[in-house]
Amino acid sequence: MIRAAISFVAFLALSPLLLGVVNRVKALFAGRTGPPLLQLYFDLHRLLGKGAVYGVATTWVFRAGPVIGLAAVIAAGLVMSFGGAPALVAFPGDFVLFAYLLGLARFFTALAALDTGSSFEGMGAAREVTFSSFAEPALFLCLVVMARASGALSLSGMLGDELAAAWHVQGPALLLAAVALLGVALAENARIPVDDPNTHLELTMIHEVMVLDHSGPDLALVQYGAALKLFLFGALVVRLTLGFPIASPALSLLAFLGGMLGFGVAIGTVESTVARLRLVRIPQLLVGATVLSAFALVLLLR
Amino acid sequence: MSGRVLRARSGEAVRTADVPLLPLDGFQGIVADALTAGSRVVAYFGDAGPDGAVRLTAVLADDGEHAVGLLSTVVDRAIPSLAAECPALQLFERELAEQYGVVPEGHPWPKPVRFERPRRPGPDPWGRAGPLETIPGAYPFFEVEGEEVHEVAVGPVHAGIIEPGHFRFQCHGENVFHLEIVLGYQHRGVERLLEGGPDRRTVARIESVAGDTAVGNALAHARALEALGGVEAPPRAAALRAVALELERLANHVGDLGGIATDIGFLPTSSACGALRAQFLNALAELCGNRFGRGLVVPGGVRFDLPADAAARLAARLAAAWDQVAAAARVFFRAASVRNRTDGTGVVPTPLARQLGLVGPAARASGLPVDVRATHPFAPYAARPIPISVQEAGDVTARARVRLDEAAASAAFVQATLAALPDGPLRAPVPPPRPDALVVSLVEGWRGELCHAVRTGPDGRIARYKLVDPSFHDWMGLQLALRGQQISDFPLCNKSFNLSYCGHDL
Repeated sequence: MIRAAISFVAFLALSPLLLGVVNRVKALFAGRTGPPLLQLYFDLHRLLGKGAVYGVATTWVFRAGPVIGLAAVIAAGLVMSFGGAPALVAFPGDFVLFAYLLGLARFFTALAALDTGSSFEGMGAAREVTFSSFAEPALFLCLVVMARASGALSLSGMLGDELAAAWHVQGPALLLAAVALLGVALAENARIPVDDPNTHLELTMIHEVMVLDHSGPDLALVQYGAALKLFLFGALVVRLTLGFPIASPALSLLAFLGGMLGFGVAIGTVESTVARLRLVRIPQLLVGATVLSAFALVLLLR
Repeated sequence: MSGRVLRARSGEAVRTADVPLLPLDGFQGIVADALTAGSRVVAYFGDAGPDGAVRLTAVLADDGEHAVGLLSTVVDRAIPSLAAECPALQLFERELAEQYGVVPEGHPWPKPVRFERPRRPGPDPWGRAGPLETIPGAYPFFEVEGEEVHEVAVGPVHAGIIEPGHFRFQCHGENVFHLEIVLGYQHRGVERLLEGGPDRRTVARIESVAGDTAVGNALAHARALEALGGVEAPPRAAALRAVALELERLANHVGDLGGIATDIGFLPTSSACGALRAQFLNALAELCGNRFGRGLVVPGGVRFDLPADAAARLAARLAAAWDQVAAAARVFFRAASVRNRTDGTGVVPTPLARQLGLVGPAARASGLPVDVRATHPFAPYAARPIPISVQEAGDVTARARVRLDEAAASAAFVQATLAALPDGPLRAPVPPPRPDALVVSLVEGWRGELCHAVRTGPDGRIARYKLVDPSFHDWMGLQLALRGQQISDFPLCNKSFNLSYCGHDL
C-alpha cells in the first residue's frame, strides 16, 4: 500500500518534469539551451496566481471542462500501476475504467471547446474526437494483449510481476503491443508527428486549439492534466518494455523513473527529427497502430 | 505589341507627352491582346488627367525584348472591365475604382482593395457613406451556402508576430472550397506621401514601404531618380547595392526555409535556418550599420563604403554561413516526413500562374521564367548574370526549392562581386528630376518584381508615384492555391508564398 502511495505521489509530482525533459531534449537537438527543466512548475505557479477570463458566450460547461478533465486523469492514475507497484485501486476490468476515464476527460475538453462557439475550437474538437476514435481500438487491443499475456484483468496484474514471465513466452506479441502503444501515446498526447504542442498556428492544431480560450487557473489545470496524461501513457509503455522483476521496491521505482526519463528522451528525439504528418494521414498512423496490436493478439491466440 | 505602344527600358526616363494617349477601346484592345498572348502587366494605374478626368496608364512587360510597353488613355466614371478575360488585371481595376472612382463594369468581384480614401472627389463606387465606412474588411465576403459548409475567420489579429490580414475560409469539414483574403489594415498612404518630393524624407519613406524589402525598394527608387536626373550610379556603388540586394534575398529566403520547416514542426531545419538568417542580416549591418539595410542605398549611389579587408572578412564569413544553410536544406529536402507534407500541397499550375500574372519565386516555382535580374538587367547583373531558378511543380516543395536555388545563386554572386569590387567613387551627384517625365524602374526584390513608376510634374517634383509590390500580383495566387486543400495546410502554403501585407497595403 505504501509502495502504491509513493508511486502515486511520484506520478502527481513528477509529471511536469517529464515535459521539461522532452523540451530540454528538443532544445539540445536545436542547439539551444532551452527552458529550465522545471519550467512547467513555474508556469503552473504563475497561472494559478492569475485571474481567469471567461467569454460571454460560455456557460458552466466551459468552466467545468478543465476541472472534470483533471479529475478524470487523476482518477485514471488511481487504477494505474507505476513500475510494477500495485495501484491504489485495483479490481478486475479496471483497465476499461482507465480507458474511459481518459475518454471522459476528452469528452469534457471537447464540450468546453464547443461551448465557446469559436470556429477554431469547434474544428479542434472535431479533429480530437475523430482521431481518438481511431486511437481507441488500438489502445484496447493493446490492453487486451497485455491482459491475455499476463492472465490478469486489472492493470496492477497486467503490469505486475507476471509481465516478466509473459515476456519469455509472448515476447513478440508484447513488443508489437509496445510499439502500437507508443503510437497511441503520441497521438493521445498531441505530440509530433500527430500534433505540434509548440505551434501558434490555430488552423493546424488539434488538441491545443481546444484549450485556447482557457486562462489563468483553468489553463493551469489543463496543462497539469496534459502532463499527467503523458506520464500515464509513459508509465504504460515503459512498464511494458522494461517488464523485468526487481525485488527491491526502491530499486524498482528507480528503474521505472529511469525508464520514464528514457521515454521523455525518446519523445523529444522523435519531435526533433520528424515533421508533422499531414492531418489526413493521422488516421493512417493510428490504423497502423491498430493493425500492429491486432497482429499481437493473433500471435497470442494462435 | 504594336507601334501604338511606347517602348522603354526599365530605368529609362521618357517624356510623358511621348506616352501614346489612345482611345479607350484601342487601349483596352492592346492590353487584352498582350495579356492573352502571354505578356504580363507590370502596372496599371490611374493618374490625374485633363479636366478632372483620369489618365489610365498601363505598363506591359516585354520580357523577351528587355523592355516595357507604355500606353495610356483617358477615362471618367466607368470602364468596361477586362478582369474576366485577363484575371491579372482584377486587382488593378479594383484599385482604380477605389482610388479614382472609375467603376469597372462587369468585374466579377468588385470589392475595395485597401479601404483607403479616394484620390478624386466624386460618388463612391460602392455607395458607402464616407470615411467612417471605409473600415478595412467592412464589406460582404464571398459565401458558399449549404448544409455542411462552415466559415472560418482568421485575423486580422494573429497568434504569431505577423502583419495584420483577414482570411475568410469557406470550408466543408477540413476541405477549403474558397479562401478570401482582405487586406488594407496597414494602409499608410505611402504613394501620396511621396508626391511633391523628392525631399529629405523620401528615401526613409521608401525604405518603410515594406520593412523586409528596404534595400529592394530603395534601389528601385534610386534607379528611378537617377534616370530622371540623367545620371548613373558609379560602378562601385552599383556593385555594393547588388551585394546588399542579394544579402537581403539570402536573409529572407533562408528565413523562409526555416519558417516552412517550423510550420510543419521539422525542428532541424527550423532552428538552423532561424539562426543562420541572422548571419546574413549581420552582413548587411556590416555594410551600412543596419541589419535591414536601411540607409545604404540613396539616389546616385551608396552612403557607405566597404574597405577591401572588410570585404574579404565578410566573404569568408558568408561562405561559412552558406555551407551551413546548404547542410540544413539538404536535411530538409531529404526527409520523407517533410516531402510528405510539401509535395503536391498548394499547387499553382503554370497556366494559372501566367493568367494571374504571378511574379517572383511563386511564379518561378510554377514554371514561369520571370526574373527582372535576367529579363531587365542593369549593372552589375548585366555583366555577371544570375540564372533564373525555375521549378515546374508549383507546390510548396517547388517554392521552397526555388528559394534554395536562388539563395545559392545569390551566395555565389555575392562571393564573386565581393572578390572583384570595382574602384571608384561611391556616389554621383544627382541633378533635380526632369520635368514632365515618366520612368518605370524594375528591381527583382526577394519577393519578386518591384515596380516604381514615377511621373514628374512641370515643376520637376514628383506628381505621381506608383508602387507595385510583388505581393500585389501574388496574393491571388495564394487564394487559388488553397482551393481543394486542407485548411490545416494553410499556414504552410502561406509561408511558402510569404507575401507582404504592408507592401500590398502601401
